[in-house]
Amino acid sequence: MDITIGLFIEQIFNGLQLGMILFLMAVGVTLTFGVMNLINLAHGSMLMVGAFLIAFTTSQIKSFGLAIFLAMILVFLLSWVIEKVLVKQLYQKSHLDQVLASFGLSIVFNDAVIMIWGKDPLFINLPTWLEGPVQITADFSYPLYRLVITAVAIAAGIVLWFLLTKTRLGMQIRAGAEKREMIGALGVNINFLFTSVFAMSALLAALAGIMLGPMLSVQTGMGDPLLILSLAVVVIGGIGSLKGALYAALLVGLVDTLGRMLWPNMLGPLVGNIISNAAIYILMALVIAIRPTGLLGRKMG
Amino acid sequence: MSALPILESIDLVKNFGALSVTDKVSLSVFFGELHALIGPNGAGKSTLINLITGELEVNSGSIYFEQKLINSFSVASRSRLGISRAYQVPQLFPSMTVADHLIMAEIAASGSGFKMWAKRANLNNLGHVQQNILDQVGLIHMASKPTALLAHGQKRQLELAICLASGAKLLILDEPLAGLGPAESAQMIKLLHSLKCSYGILLVEHDMEAVFSLADRISVLVNGSIIATGSPELIKSDPIVKSAYLGDELESH
Amino acid sequence: MMLHNIMNSAANKSNRLTIAFGIIFILAILIPLLDQVYYTKLVSRILVFAIAAVSLDLIVGFVGRVSLGHAAFFGIGVYSAGVSAHFGVTQIWVVIPTAILVSAVIGCFIGSISLRTSGLYFIFITLAFSQMIFFIAQGLRMFGGDDGFTLPAATKWIDGFDLSQPKILAYTMIVILVFIVYIAHRLMNSNFGLIILASRDNSRKVNSMGLRPYPYQLTLFTISASMCALGGVGFANLNEYVSPASISWIQSGEFLFMVILGSAGTLLGPILGAAAFVCLEQIFSAWTEYWMFYLGIILILRVLFLKTGLLGLFQNRGSH
Repeated sequence: MDITIGLFIEQIFNGLQLGMILFLMAVGVTLTFGVMNLINLAHGSMLMVGAFLIAFTTSQIKSFGLAIFLAMILVFLLSWVIEKVLVKQLYQKSHLDQVLASFGLSIVFNDAVIMIWGKDPLFINLPTWLEGPVQITADFSYPLYRLVITAVAIAAGIVLWFLLTKTRLGMQIRAGAEKREMIGALGVNINFLFTSVFAMSALLAALAGIMLGPMLSVQTGMGDPLLILSLAVVVIGGIGSLKGALYAALLVGLVDTLGRMLWPNMLGPLVGNIISNAAIYILMALVIAIRPTGLLGRKMG
Repeated sequence: MSALPILESIDLVKNFGALSVTDKVSLSVFFGELHALIGPNGAGKSTLINLITGELEVNSGSIYFEQKLINSFSVASRSRLGISRAYQVPQLFPSMTVADHLIMAEIAASGSGFKMWAKRANLNNLGHVQQNILDQVGLIHMASKPTALLAHGQKRQLELAICLASGAKLLILDEPLAGLGPAESAQMIKLLHSLKCSYGILLVEHDMEAVFSLADRISVLVNGSIIATGSPELIKSDPIVKSAYLGDELESH
Repeated sequence: MMLHNIMNSAANKSNRLTIAFGIIFILAILIPLLDQVYYTKLVSRILVFAIAAVSLDLIVGFVGRVSLGHAAFFGIGVYSAGVSAHFGVTQIWVVIPTAILVSAVIGCFIGSISLRTSGLYFIFITLAFSQMIFFIAQGLRMFGGDDGFTLPAATKWIDGFDLSQPKILAYTMIVILVFIVYIAHRLMNSNFGLIILASRDNSRKVNSMGLRPYPYQLTLFTISASMCALGGVGFANLNEYVSPASISWIQSGEFLFMVILGSAGTLLGPILGAAAFVCLEQIFSAWTEYWMFYLGIILILRVLFLKTGLLGLFQNRGSH
């Protein structure tokens, strides 16, 4: 495969876009772990649910924007219920219990979507105003939708930044994420804080799913590979660090995407493909082995 | 007592940020001697112990065990050389019985950890050495009991028993009398007296009566530095020590 | 009185355990004699998973860390059987040592890095390593890539007696299971085992007593990897298929499920857990095609409500 400048630039754009999606996922992971000491393997399910819900709402409502809004509301309600009924019981339990319970939840969701929507993948039709390429330069064009996704993710990041730095709740979350012991001292309504963090992380994952839905086929288990990748992002960036999540997400997105283009060229199709898939996990293992706190994380207790 | 100390620390320094928690501490312990370390809370006694056992790294200074420089030795290596520590909060194995703890100590001391096939020793064939030690500390009747059933004082006794079963030459005892009632205290003091000839002992304690009765030498640690070292009589009458630490405590004895 | 309860419950638990294992053992021997292929294969499925679960319990229950990557070793066993058969090698005397050797080497490597971490990081790093192995298997185009390939020929004892015959497979797996349980039992009751248990309880104290937990834990991890691979060999023969699905993190999660279902740290408990898992799997899938849904709910309920695994269900009277 010839690597032209055009291809290279396209892959950089793709890498940044993947990075922003991973960032949305990773924020949820790092916050729930930082603030609530909760490991949640059902996080990928939230992405999947987001994708299925947007498929559902767009089939019922003409307005794409309204469909998105409705899907987000539904996810918010769902995450609220899950937190109150199940997740709440897990905060005090061991990591093993959390792994198992959230693993159980993820396989429940994986089958639940089949029960509701059947085995065949769903496809989402984009409104025409989101379709088509954008001409960036004379010889290079890039799909409009992908640009929009990146923009939306950046916007979500900015909203998040605003929320976390300018509001009281946000500052409590940040304090809790960096030093969990402080939460008690802050005189905060812990229940409300935890539910908010969980709901926020679910919404971000669902947003990722909503945006990816039209691009990928919406099917059971679609969120799981991204979940595991986002775990790698969080480890590399440092658990509890939001900046770390951002830098690591962009790094992982770029390394993964560019790698898939470059490794097969450098190492041949067999080894190249394997390394393409495994590269991020190799990086994750290296980070854990050499610098466990990640790029920007705090020391784990 | 031999001419050379079994443990010697020279100008040990440990900083936490800008705070000098251990400030050029020089201390020695001879085999057969009980050297007590006293001082107010926050003086840095725990940190000093951690430096000696290797759980903390020194910033500067040297530690010698039997004239060998051990600064770069790990906790486990130092223990194998012959340093054994009884923690202030007894560090035990909750899922094991009292006897198991001593069996564990014996395995560690004899280096037979990689015996993977043969059945290990248990309560019924407990070695003489271990039985004697349990007898010595007064736990022989509790040998089969899980640690969960031990009272606080008994946990202390077990903690000490583990040290005795480790074949150590130097014992570092961190407040072995804390939380003990009068009868248990008297028992422990009697036991410590009996140990003196077989070990070098570094004793950290707050119980002044016990300290003055047991110690051959006393070092006083205040704000990270040793302000005085000497025999109990010397320390008792030292004006600097009195004003810095003992003062009223002595009057009340 | 508290002492009485504690001693009672420990003895009771151990007794119930042995009885439960005895029942399963007898059933495992008798059922294949009925010559019902479906039930004989069911027994083999339970045994294969039991082998994996027992091997995982050595790490979860005895070393005290949660491995989310044991499917990697299971998969190495699966591929050992498959790749050997591909090259015409099917003698069990070759396939089994191959599986043991490859998984031991890889297990030792993975363990040497992973065991430097604990808690959450251990979960993540074992997951990462098993993902790498997953992608390697997936990338092997000559072996079917993501789809995998049919087992070319069953592993055999001698010509005419091979693991494609349900009874032979079942009895071979019984032998292997008993073998690994026996080894694990001896390991845990030796000097080595005491060090492992002590390190789980209080590694700081173990260091202070003159031993580093790491070499012992690494040894046990390597042994655990090899044992798990033996289950994989059986699995390949049971399904007559070799695929990366046996290396997925979902498979690792299922193994953890079995260990917890049966009680970690008891060696025989995970066997019970594997049996329960397979039975639930069969019952639910006979009733509905959405059996994973109900299995997931059982898992959630187990975590929320049951403190000590299935054995806890049979305990009463004050002890917990």
